[in-house]
Amino acid sequence: MSVLVDEHTRLAVAGITGREGSFHTLNNRAYGTSVVGGVTPGKGGQNVEGIPVFDSWQQAMEQCSPDTAMIFVPPRFAADSILEAAAAGVQLIVAITEGIPAHDELRVYNVLAREHPGARLVGPNCPGILSPGKANVGIIPASFFRAGNVGVVSRSGTLTYQIGNEIAQAGFGCSTIVGIGGDPVPGSSFVDVLELFEADEQTDLVVLSGEIGGSAEEEAADYIAAHMSKPVVAYIAGFTAPAGKQMGHAGAIVSGSSGTAAAKALALEAKGVRVGRTPTETAAIAVEVLGGAAVGAAHAD
Amino acid sequence: MDLLEYQGKQLFARHGLRVSSGRAVAGVEDAVAAAAEVGYPVVIKAQVLIGGRGKAGGVKLAEDEAQTREHAGNILGMDIRGHTVHTLWIEHASDIASEYYASVLLDRSAKKPLVMFSVEGGVDIEEVAERSPEKLVRRHVDPLGGLTREQAVQIARDGGADADVLEGVADALTALYEVWLQEDATLAEINPLIVTPQREVRALDAKVSLDGNALYRHPENQSLSDTANEDPIERRAKEQGVQYVKLDGDIGILGNGAGLVMSTLDVVAQAGGRPANFLDAGGGSNAEKIEQAVELLLANDAVKAVLFNIFGGITRCDEVAQGLIAAFQRIKPAVPFVVRLDGTNDREGRRLLQEAALPNVHAASTMNEAAEMVVALAAGEPVGARA
Repeated sequence: MSVLVDEHTRLAVAGITGREGSFHTLNNRAYGTSVVGGVTPGKGGQNVEGIPVFDSWQQAMEQCSPDTAMIFVPPRFAADSILEAAAAGVQLIVAITEGIPAHDELRVYNVLAREHPGARLVGPNCPGILSPGKANVGIIPASFFRAGNVGVVSRSGTLTYQIGNEIAQAGFGCSTIVGIGGDPVPGSSFVDVLELFEADEQTDLVVLSGEIGGSAEEEAADYIAAHMSKPVVAYIAGFTAPAGKQMGHAGAIVSGSSGTAAAKALALEAKGVRVGRTPTETAAIAVEVLGGAAVGAAHAD
Repeated sequence: MDLLEYQGKQLFARHGLRVSSGRAVAGVEDAVAAAAEVGYPVVIKAQVLIGGRGKAGGVKLAEDEAQTREHAGNILGMDIRGHTVHTLWIEHASDIASEYYASVLLDRSAKKPLVMFSVEGGVDIEEVAERSPEKLVRRHVDPLGGLTREQAVQIARDGGADADVLEGVADALTALYEVWLQEDATLAEINPLIVTPQREVRALDAKVSLDGNALYRHPENQSLSDTANEDPIERRAKEQGVQYVKLDGDIGILGNGAGLVMSTLDVVAQAGGRPANFLDAGGGSNAEKIEQAVELLLANDAVKAVLFNIFGGITRCDEVAQGLIAAFQRIKPAVPFVVRLDGTNDREGRRLLQEAALPNVHAASTMNEAAEMVVALAAGEPVGARA
């Protein structure tokens, strides 16, 4: 098993006719993901390398029944595209788009909760979801990961690749890598994804990669203590970030005395979660907990 | 994007929240003219994006022209915790019967707007929250329905507002919520929200943060913020669409992806170094972007050594190497560089760098090693392997 995406995933992409959208859609298909369609208003009837394009999510649903949506449209259209996909009945929506206004994210989160409780949003401003060997939905470079028993959930893309690569070099692989994104109001939280990993048979350990801003890591700490039987190893970025400065991600900001890396690491450690000081140490702790380096696999391939 | 007090008050006024009449000025003579216009006594307030203005001597009462001249002259150009005062806000002094507190913010945890109200305003609200949390009323608002009149009155009542100003406080809360909603604010705060002896409720201060991602909906707000105190390199970076935050150390840092850059700052600090900046070259960095980034890094004179930490996903390491080579040909940096390339096309990137044999560029194979090398170089110590 794995979580969220796998060999049964049927993906459709909003923004498939854009430069980035088409590039990554075709990458995902080349990886083996089943891409059944795309949505670009006004371009229905066209196709992208054989992938049919529809004018709306409703039409896409009627014609090719996707169960997963990937959102690649510009920020000002993203909120409506997400809600339209949910209204059409898509169960999982992965929003890659960066720069969506926070008030739009707030509206989307609350409309989904109220009107489409069955739909799950991952992102926005996230690298997507990869289940190695099964499906890739998003922009995660799959070549650094192999299939295995480590679940990864992260607010940052490149940091995930860094940690995942070190785990792979020690001979371990991943069940699923989930990027929940760096925005203030993500559709899915650490807790949402931890819950999935706890229930996933393939996952034996979870690596959680957090950063400054908000309180998602503190909430994850409480959840882990109360509900997780599997070990969780954590990393937090942003110990040197000054208060009041946004560090790249819209959500990565220390506000007054809240949201600091130190407080997050303390909260996790207080609940028995081991926190690595560097990405390398985090990967090393994960490998140690898994029982040391796996034999005969020095590199990710 | 944080607004100066007077900019926040202008937004407040636009949404029907009462503020004192005032003028923003940049010179002593203009201050005198503004004071005459709004009427004595006036309050002269330094406009900077930092708390503790009063304690620093940046807020003064003036009864006449001579005092206005004196205070305005003293405050203009004053340094308040690293912020230079370029602008004064001159407003008619208010008589104060009570000082309340009100704010609307985005509660990231609950994913709802949060309205806060207290009758203990005029002081640090975090202290109130800690000392006597029962005196700070916190109520979530339905983000799809908005703040209702009943709820606003109830918040005022629960917070202990005087009975005769319940309606006035509710009006202020409603207007503040509209500011937050209509202007795409992430925070709209009034401290203090005053009650005058005539029982009028009015905002005496304003702290507003706007969402930079939503500015396309508010062209009239795009020129706000404290541009005079903005770091010139940060401003340049913004114009180029690059994420740059100036820090106070001497090691220039460039990486791709916000999380990896934050992590790089931490690892350098753990190795005993002091980062000079945060710079995220972003996903898909091409050679031209890298060249621009090198220029930004070196625009800070404090930088004694530079660390490039790249883990290529969408970003290709050969592109990064090409950008670095191009930058060196044009700029000829005087400080040493440590380069760590991993990920997509890393071998090709490393080969390009090796062939170019750039002066004073050192290759590192891991993030930790790179951090140790750059810290040694910044301290003027020699390190091994050249790129």
